[in-house]
Amino acid sequence: MHLGGLRCNSTTVTLGTDVATTHDAKRISRVLWVDRFLTFIRLAFVVVIAVGLFAFIAQQIDPQNPLARWLNPDATGLTAPQFKGLLVTGLAQGAMYGLIALGYSMVYGVLGFINFAHGEVFMAGAMSGMITSNKLADAGLWEDAFLFCLAFVVITSILISTAVAVIMERIAYRPLRGAPRLIPLITSIGVSFFLQNVSVVLLGPGAKSYPSLPTWLSQKRSLLGFEIEGTKLVVLLTAAVSMAGLWFLVERTKTGKAMRAVAEDKEIAALMGIDVNRTIVTTFAVGGAMAGVAGILWGILFRSVIHTTGFLPGIKAFSAAVVGGIGNLGGAMAGGLSLGAAEATAPLVLLEPLGVDGVSQLRDAVAFAVLIFVLLVRPSGLFGERLSEDDRA
Amino acid sequence: MTATSENLSMVETPGVAWRKQIRFALIGALSSAFIALAGMPVGLDGRSIIQPVLSMGFLSLLWVPFVLATIAGSEVVLEGMTARTRDSKDLLAGGIVGLGSAGGLVLLMVLIQNFNLRDPLVNWSPQLLNLLSFNRSLAVGGLLWVLLGLILGVFGGAMHVLPKKLCSRIRTVVLSVFAVSVLETFLTDLLEGFRLEVLTDFVYYKRGGLEVGGALLVAALALLIPLLVGTRIRDVKKQVVDLPAEERKRVNLILLAVSAALLLVLPFFLGKIANELLANVGLFVLLALGLNVVVGLAGILDLGYVAFFAVGGYTTAVLTSPNSPGFSPELPWPIALIVVVVLTGIVGLFIGAPVIRMRGDYLAIVTLGFGEIIRLLFLSDWLSGWFGGAQGITNIPGVDVGIGTVKGTDPRSVFLLVLVFCAIAIYVSWRLENSRLGRAWMAIREDEDVAEAMGVNTTNTKLMAFVVGAVLASFSGAIFSAKVGSIFPTSFLMLVSIIILVVVIVGGMGNIAGVIVGALVLIGVLGGPKQPGLLQEFSQFKLLIYGALLVWMMLKRPEGLVPNVRRTRELHQDEFLQDAWLKGEIDTGDQEELS
Repeated sequence: MHLGGLRCNSTTVTLGTDVATTHDAKRISRVLWVDRFLTFIRLAFVVVIAVGLFAFIAQQIDPQNPLARWLNPDATGLTAPQFKGLLVTGLAQGAMYGLIALGYSMVYGVLGFINFAHGEVFMAGAMSGMITSNKLADAGLWEDAFLFCLAFVVITSILISTAVAVIMERIAYRPLRGAPRLIPLITSIGVSFFLQNVSVVLLGPGAKSYPSLPTWLSQKRSLLGFEIEGTKLVVLLTAAVSMAGLWFLVERTKTGKAMRAVAEDKEIAALMGIDVNRTIVTTFAVGGAMAGVAGILWGILFRSVIHTTGFLPGIKAFSAAVVGGIGNLGGAMAGGLSLGAAEATAPLVLLEPLGVDGVSQLRDAVAFAVLIFVLLVRPSGLFGERLSEDDRA
Repeated sequence: MTATSENLSMVETPGVAWRKQIRFALIGALSSAFIALAGMPVGLDGRSIIQPVLSMGFLSLLWVPFVLATIAGSEVVLEGMTARTRDSKDLLAGGIVGLGSAGGLVLLMVLIQNFNLRDPLVNWSPQLLNLLSFNRSLAVGGLLWVLLGLILGVFGGAMHVLPKKLCSRIRTVVLSVFAVSVLETFLTDLLEGFRLEVLTDFVYYKRGGLEVGGALLVAALALLIPLLVGTRIRDVKKQVVDLPAEERKRVNLILLAVSAALLLVLPFFLGKIANELLANVGLFVLLALGLNVVVGLAGILDLGYVAFFAVGGYTTAVLTSPNSPGFSPELPWPIALIVVVVLTGIVGLFIGAPVIRMRGDYLAIVTLGFGEIIRLLFLSDWLSGWFGGAQGITNIPGVDVGIGTVKGTDPRSVFLLVLVFCAIAIYVSWRLENSRLGRAWMAIREDEDVAEAMGVNTTNTKLMAFVVGAVLASFSGAIFSAKVGSIFPTSFLMLVSIIILVVVIVGGMGNIAGVIVGALVLIGVLGGPKQPGLLQEFSQFKLLIYGALLVWMMLKRPEGLVPNVRRTRELHQDEFLQDAWLKGEIDTGDQEELS
């Protein structure tokens, strides 16, 4: 009886919608209440955002007006410099997320699994940067020849991160090619856990700090009406340069062409004379190098690193890759920037006017909420995903 | 058999693969040096295995040459080929691997003496050097290590040369001595309950570890017991297997009843420590059984499983504690449990519904996100009016069961309560596994599209997996908050989800017995995220070991320690097909046997 009812229901649904879209058949649900619930959640997201924005605008016009007081009696509003400061902080962090996201995106594009341990590659970069920069500071070079030291630190941390990524691929992922989809994902969780704890047992569990930066770097400068701290400017510039380099590599060189071919179809690529294994290693290496750069940027921004440093930025960077459309490199960067901006501004712009206390604690929750929202509303990301035929599910 | 396979069986695998041995020697060198720098020899030196001969610290280095030499010597014999006859060359191969491992240590010792890298590497210390060189000069220490590595490596290689039976005897003896030493706290506790302190006093040294005499006794027992009763056990087993199906079922049932009765009596003979330990294991068995339904049966990788544990714990705390900040009905625990189960089930639906249509890997990340969101909400000031924020909820009363109260200060009662719930959870998972729903889950795990085509309602079925998993976790959460008496957001880190996942995977995905074994071995011996296990000294290394275990299991034995037959076939499909092809089964049309 129950089963009969269901079957009947399903046929009507199939007939009721466009029959021609057979490849879309998975979307046509037999259980409507789940869809209703999903619609409800999407609406709830939109409503929260709309009400939050509305209250924010009301509060910006006049913190004393009744609309602003209704939701949050202590509303004060944000000044323009405050807002700009938040935005710049968010964008600088977002650029860093974007650099990490490139690694997730490239590996997902080529191998079709989330390399959970990529956050730890980033952490390895930040850690090695911490070690070398402290050694240089001990030697008295850090203050005197800062730019030279920075270049040296960046190069070592790129080397370390690349090495970690390549070794990881060789030991943990290569034997698992062609295994069921979740197996490499679980393995990468193990690798991530292992690397975090390698850092604990080798370098000790506490937080370690970078040497202080020269004042000419960290002082504020005004640019285009924004007051930007020099460090954030460096972060944004470095990210832009790395992104341009990566774009050149992927779109203009033979290696890049091979990478794109392998991402499209491994077997055909092999038939065309491309060494698939080598290309995959290159992909991991390039992703690792980007994570190494991001590690140094983390050091410059926060000047403190601990073994769990890689975890949250890693997840957020993956979210950024999804937000921008996985497999899409420009998308990863754009996703990173927008996620960073959203994470920095949303608690104060959307939640504070709604009367939520202690909004800064909810920053990470906001980042996850952005991921969930994007996957619910547009699972292929803002700029569309680029995946091989097999990985599109 | 067909002609081809006869021809194939003539082919022998070629001689020792020297390149592989050298690669393993390098791996050995790296891993020895890594273990030394990770601080295991120094950190674990306090725990002795056999007083005064062997401590855990040295064991952490000594296993490397032996195990690596054994692994390096093992060769895959393809179906239809005969194994090579082993000779003295294999001993030499093992020796190379052993020498490599020792070489890594010697190099490290030389480096430590001449350079100071204490700054980034916290374990780069004279203490480590002293320990490694056995408190003697570098040359003597180095020579000793080279000898030790050589002997152990040759011994490891010999495991392939000596007769199989002898090898397995040696293995039993070594493992039993190790196990008896590791189980020290537990066994002393148990034997005290039976007033048999004489025995433990003889076997164990006063401050931990086996006495030499005790070790010899255990070794002798491990050698003799299989000799005396081994054949008899085999006979009984054979008799049981030969019984008709119905009688065998009855025998199994009786066995089950006897072991259940023994388990129920066990807590009364155990002391506080052992009961506490087993109660913790039980909590993780509950969690792992729940995750097993989600990951093992339905194949949904839920990385935010701790969320349900947290919701169960927090709901219990809010409903029962007089200190609950927002709403404090002070319900008795059993009534609160009903609310908890219903509420967690609903949370399971709420988390499950949005993620159910996502790709497997997106789902993993999003569930992880939900897990973190829930923890952050419990932690936040925003909801601290309800859940107490970082201060948590304290003063949670125990469970009043009429004859007494179950609370953390009385681990025996907690263990009994946990046992009851474990029994329920085992029964539920066992019945579910063989039900229509269970078969639907497995169908989805193996191929969602095909399952859907066969008429399985995938959305509802997957949601049911979420709900069942959530409810089982909520049991654990409810007992946890009554046991600890207070609840804080720090008990629900993402780490917990990962540890439960490791337990399920190491034990064996989709297998109830496997999951229980996994929890006993991992949580019991190494310890949970905050709970100490039998090897308390391991607490700083246990997460490292969990991570390494997860990777190793996925690479070498994805079906787990106690595998589920169907899952194994799924994971090794290629190999099954290859073997079948070599045996000529595919061409002869025996395909039914395969699937």
